[in-house]
Amino acid sequence: MSISKAPPDISPVSADVPPDVPSAVPSAVPTAIAPELRPVVPVSARRRPLPRWLRRTTGPLLLLAAWQLLSATGVLRPEVLASPGTIAGTAADLVSSGQLPSAMAVSLQRVVFGLLLGGAAGITLALLSGLSRLGEDLVDASVQMLRAVPFVGLIPLFIIWLGIGEAPKVTLIALGVAFHLYLNVYAGIRGVDEQLIEAGASLGLSRRALVRHVVLPGALPGAMTGLRYSLATAWLALVFGEQINASDGIGFLMTQARDFLRTDVIVVCLVVYAFLGLTADIVVRALERLLLQWRPNFTGR
Amino acid sequence: MATELHRPVSHDVPPAAGGPAAVRVAGLTRAFGGRPVIDGLDLTLRPGEFTALLGRSGCGKSTLLRVLAGLDREIAGTVLVPERRAVAFQAPRLMPWKRVWRNVLLGLPGRPGRAIAEAALEEVGLRERSGAWPKTLSGGEAQRASLARALVREPDLLLLDEPFGALDALTRIKAQRLVAELWQRRGCAVLLVTHDVDEALLLADRALVMRDGVIAHDTPVALPRPRDAGDPRLTALRSRLLAELGVDTPASAETA
Ligand SMILES: Nc1ncnc2c1ncn2[C@@H]1O[C@H](COP(=O)(O)OP(=O)(O)O)[C@@H](O)[C@H]1O
Ligand SMILES: [Mg+2]
Repeated sequence: MSISKAPPDISPVSADVPPDVPSAVPSAVPTAIAPELRPVVPVSARRRPLPRWLRRTTGPLLLLAAWQLLSATGVLRPEVLASPGTIAGTAADLVSSGQLPSAMAVSLQRVVFGLLLGGAAGITLALLSGLSRLGEDLVDASVQMLRAVPFVGLIPLFIIWLGIGEAPKVTLIALGVAFHLYLNVYAGIRGVDEQLIEAGASLGLSRRALVRHVVLPGALPGAMTGLRYSLATAWLALVFGEQINASDGIGFLMTQARDFLRTDVIVVCLVVYAFLGLTADIVVRALERLLLQWRPNFTGR
Repeated sequence: MATELHRPVSHDVPPAAGGPAAVRVAGLTRAFGGRPVIDGLDLTLRPGEFTALLGRSGCGKSTLLRVLAGLDREIAGTVLVPERRAVAFQAPRLMPWKRVWRNVLLGLPGRPGRAIAEAALEEVGLRERSGAWPKTLSGGEAQRASLARALVREPDLLLLDEPFGALDALTRIKAQRLVAELWQRRGCAVLLVTHDVDEALLLADRALVMRDGVIAHDTPVALPRPRDAGDPRLTALRSRLLAELGVDTPASAETA
């Protein structure tokens, strides 16, 4: 260890030292120069020019304004992309005619069914292989193998097996959901701190109680991550699934709009997809705040 | 993973040896991959006795403690332990997803109420943090919560694996006093694993040194309490124990 600011060699201020030597007594460290001091500004005193939500909406609004400008000046032709104004009008029409709400309801229903089905399958398999060696040997290898197949590539098979009704669409969504949940819940279970399991055992917990009080809560962060991923995948699967001969739902609206070159309707549908996805994300975040409040995590500034 | 606790970790018929005992170990062997870490170890702990187990890092102290706790049962030999026993580890090992009082009650039979947890937390001076999440506790507080969790089980045998090792010096002194106090009130047998000779001399009735897989040295610490680390009567004992641990310069050197 080296201390660079070792005190200077203060020779004994005694009688045999000439008195005209600059005295070391009043300022103990004569060579040290006082550094310039600056205040540490408290957070509350920092100037906040704009509230957060306003700052965050400025960017998208500017983008919209630019888009409207390009459309109005004719640089962006309506066959390529409709103007924001037109799109807003179209959205209002689609809503008031009831077309959009009913399409949303149909699509939402597909996602919910797919989520429930895939969630049940994924979590069950993850528990099987996460909690028992036998389950792991039976389940995990198969799932890892199937994971290599891009699930969207299974659409043709699903059509042959399940026809073109709701079944192939829901199955596609369920498949995407099941994989994500399986992988994350399984990893979550296996990632539970061995020391906590040992502590639980030392408290006399039975195997069931260990699973309930230690393993499952410990796997919850992983499960929530899995839920987020699987929601994102669910929307993707929905978009793909609804391209298969749909006769209703948002995908059907889009296919129809494509045939009539209605870029405004297409954009409205995309916005709806985005809106639904965002809503789902907000729900999951709220769920995380509720269920994972025990976690010492960084919340951002 | 799961172990059936509250049952003696025994293999053979208990030897009907003389005197009451809180722990009776005979010919215990535990090997990792063919390398015995505990090798024919014999040990008897008397009820209500405070025993310190010293030994160099890696000599098998934690392994022995885990065997006594019933956490490690890949053993040979006889191990008899009381049904009610509790462990406090070096890290508090609180379940981060349970509030402090729920951590304290975890694993208790029946449906004990929060009041029971709070009584135990009161004993370690932590009652007002009963509803807190473990992440909001300081190191010393978490360790005290872990102690409360062990004590609420009213153990006949309390196993402590370097419970003060991760605490800062001031907190450690307070925690040591707390343990001494709790032990005197409860009267349970305590086995304290430590690598700190002074800690052993401050707290224990009896000091053991573990070496080469057995208890190599066993000495009573017959001094009245409360003790002072500077007590001259401890000096001879300290140098003896340090010598047993392989440290020659008694006063300055400290085991790691
Ligand atoms: N699970 C394990 N697998 C293999 N070796 C282990 C295991 N646990 C402990 N050991 C070994 O046993 C020896 C004793 O460990 P331990 O009881 O933790 O020592 P300490 O006296 O420091 O508490 C060490 O050499 C350690 O490497
Ligand atoms: Mg250890």
